Amino acid sequence: MYDVVIIGAGVTGSAVARELSRYQLKTVVLEKEEDVCCGTSKANSAIVHAGFDAVPGSMKAKMNVRGNRLIQELSEELDFPYKQNGSLVLCFDEQDLPKLEALKEKGEKNQVPGLRILKGEEVRQMEPNLTEEVKAALYAPTGGIVCPFKLTIAMAENASVNGVEFAFDTQVKTIEKTENGYRIQTEDKVYETRCMVNAAGVYADQWNNLVSSRKLSITPRKGEYYLLDKKAGDFVSHTIFQLPTKMGKGVLITPTVHGNLLVGPTADDIEDKEGVNTTRQGLDKAAAMAKLSAPAVPLSMVITSFAGLRATEKEEDFVLGEAEGAEGFFNAAGIESPGLSSAPAIGEYLAGMIAEKLHAQKKEDFQSRRRDIPCVAESTPEEIQALIAQDPAYGNVICRCETVTEGEILNAIRRPLGARSLDGVKRRTRAGMGRCQAGFCSPRTMEILARELKKDPLELTKAGGDSRLLTGVMKEDL
Amino acid sequence: MREYDLIIVGGGPAGLAAAISAKKEGIDNLLILERDHELGGILNQCIHNGFGLHTFKEELTGPEYAYRFIEEAEKLEIPYKLNTMVLDISQEGREKTITAMNREDGLMFLKTKAVVLAMGCRERPRGALNIPGYRPAGIYTAGTAQRLVNMEGYMPGKEVVILGSGDIGLIMARRMTLEGAKVKVVAELLPYSGGLQRNIVQCLNDFDIPLKLSHTVVDIQGKERVTGITLAEVDENRKPIPGTEEFYSCDTLLLSCGLIPENELSGKMGVELSRVTSGPVVNESLETNVEGVFACGNVLHVHDLVDYVSEEAARAGSHAAEYIRNWNSGESNEEEQTIRIQTEGGIRYSVPQIIRTGHMEDTLTVRFRVGAVYRDAYISVYCGEKRILHKKKKKLAPGEMEQVVLKKQDLTAEEGLDKIVMKVEEAS
Repeated sequence: MYDVVIIGAGVTGSAVARELSRYQLKTVVLEKEEDVCCGTSKANSAIVHAGFDAVPGSMKAKMNVRGNRLIQELSEELDFPYKQNGSLVLCFDEQDLPKLEALKEKGEKNQVPGLRILKGEEVRQMEPNLTEEVKAALYAPTGGIVCPFKLTIAMAENASVNGVEFAFDTQVKTIEKTENGYRIQTEDKVYETRCMVNAAGVYADQWNNLVSSRKLSITPRKGEYYLLDKKAGDFVSHTIFQLPTKMGKGVLITPTVHGNLLVGPTADDIEDKEGVNTTRQGLDKAAAMAKLSAPAVPLSMVITSFAGLRATEKEEDFVLGEAEGAEGFFNAAGIESPGLSSAPAIGEYLAGMIAEKLHAQKKEDFQSRRRDIPCVAESTPEEIQALIAQDPAYGNVICRCETVTEGEILNAIRRPLGARSLDGVKRRTRAGMGRCQAGFCSPRTMEILARELKKDPLELTKAGGDSRLLTGVMKEDL
Repeated sequence: MREYDLIIVGGGPAGLAAAISAKKEGIDNLLILERDHELGGILNQCIHNGFGLHTFKEELTGPEYAYRFIEEAEKLEIPYKLNTMVLDISQEGREKTITAMNREDGLMFLKTKAVVLAMGCRERPRGALNIPGYRPAGIYTAGTAQRLVNMEGYMPGKEVVILGSGDIGLIMARRMTLEGAKVKVVAELLPYSGGLQRNIVQCLNDFDIPLKLSHTVVDIQGKERVTGITLAEVDENRKPIPGTEEFYSCDTLLLSCGLIPENELSGKMGVELSRVTSGPVVNESLETNVEGVFACGNVLHVHDLVDYVSEEAARAGSHAAEYIRNWNSGESNEEEQTIRIQTEGGIRYSVPQIIRTGHMEDTLTVRFRVGAVYRDAYISVYCGEKRILHKKKKKLAPGEMEQVVLKKQDLTAEEGLDKIVMKVEEAS
């Protein structure tokens, strides 16, 4: 019997798991993919929103503003990359100035600190690459950028160290209400639990609707992005949004916390909950929209493009808390933007409610801190020497574009909830995330994975499931 | 801190040839830094033959060709470090410091008078090609697939579509077929192939693999592993033509869509890079704008034939040796006549781009590529109005590197000459 079963090891599920791990509770996270951070959490804008955009009084507004503050503290405690770079919402038309003012007022109601409206000239002084057409902008100094993989991995890993179990490759089949809680059937196991948390991303409506009287409807809203080479990383220093225009909601241009430039996303409602393919139309639209902000945005420096799905609920707000007519079933549903920014606040909020419900006691030996994998590329010569002295593998560079060493890859595989696939290594170390996109390092990373996991290379995958990297050996089909 | 006269970054064909020629010219205090676990570079995975026809007048495989140079380097006792990554090159005054790292030595700071850049190139990945679709397993660059097959013995796929008809793509079409895979089609965006004619015949035609020119991949299917791709024909602006889409079921997409010289180190230290070649801008001595830093091989511009790499690299090594001798004897470079080679009318670039006549030998080989296919055209070189070279070519193609030999006497005949113009002239 578990106290809590969490469905989904994305950023929300991991945040709830980490906060629950403060309590004396038996908790397990069920994840259908092979790793944490495999759905919406891995493909988004990597932005920590200031919180001016959400409707005052909404869950989105509350969680975003609180999350913005928590992420900052958490980045110290759990050691993941975060930077408060500030954001700008551009206004291209004098007639839209009242809308910009309204956005500022909304932000103030949400208690976003430091909001200011800047004139076009001031904006261009801050960001010389922006278009001459900028008439004004809303400046939010508390806007930030974060590594969504490392944020999710850090929270999940810390939860694991504090006793939360994780079951990967575990697809939930059905959920039934029982006398004391819920019975969750997976392919090969039954989980009995007192409470459960539905953090299933685009599938959260499906689980809620099995048990709750309030039916949810989640539509995947696709966003397509370009990721540009680090050579383009200083094209802008703030996160650049657009005030919605006749052409639509607008796209952003932002530096990433690792020094690349990110452009996107589009917003298209689709049916397929796994439809993370990019499209010619989507990519072209993202490019055209980005050029409104900065005509010279160097899209020729693209190193990859990708699409992510926002879990948009029909009421367009987060659905948080105990589901109607389903005691002990806690929703974290409809977590679209600003879900990443809000995750730590959602974790705190739901874990608090669950602990109260279960009268849980806090642990005395909770480990609140965690250190990330050392990053050779960002270390000083003295730090690098010390790492190599400790393990010579830190002197062996595997990914040449991002300067990722064998030591870092071994660390990523060996630590709690370690990497088991090429993408798992990539998200933890950045090996393969550079300009050659793993052309040179993937055979070497595969060799390390096979050796460490004691696997036949033929079993290795890109991202679990049937994503096998190799199909056989030479001449076997002749 | 160890001090060197010459450090060569890269122990592939270019680095080896540069080191050998410098050593033969008396530079003993030199070092090759190689990031892989053996010397020879990318040749080690090129197990097909066709290497060395110019250099050795015989057909060798890639590893055999490399071995001739490795053997000579060993005989000359040229020191090298393997599994060593160069992280940075910086300079203070004339002196350069190379930051490098490996398991045994840890982080090293090596001082040197001269540097030869010989880091080679990388392949353009799927992301840079901006192909829409899913991002499943089974999408490889042709070179990565070549490494997996030829060096590790694994098959990256069984049913293959290849995008791009660069030489590695063509070679891999044949290799995958010989190893038991079915290569369904090779698609090329341009109306002509980017590879050598002999490879089209020997790697595609001989195996009945269709080559679809003016075609590209417009969609990739498969959520976990590739399940198929969609090809479409493109118009003269390289835009897909609606209605021409054709689905190919396959488990693998190989990409051979261009090579990019790896100049991150060079750019960071202030070496001027050409927008056309993505390699350094060099003078007749293959020296970059940073004094004492020379470049050769695929880091300078992408070659078709390794024979030309070796020849070019030997020149770079020899000029580096000369630079070191001048340093030791206290000679300094004086301002002198420099001539810029301006390429136009069908010629995309030349290497070198700059000639200092004072440093020029009696003749100078200038290599270049054209931007389109020409038949029975002329390569012409002009000093002002005067045509100093007019060479007939039966065929010129972007996939084949060309060369002309300039004579010093032609360039010094006119006083104050600061540029010459190279162009393609079609027969009238």
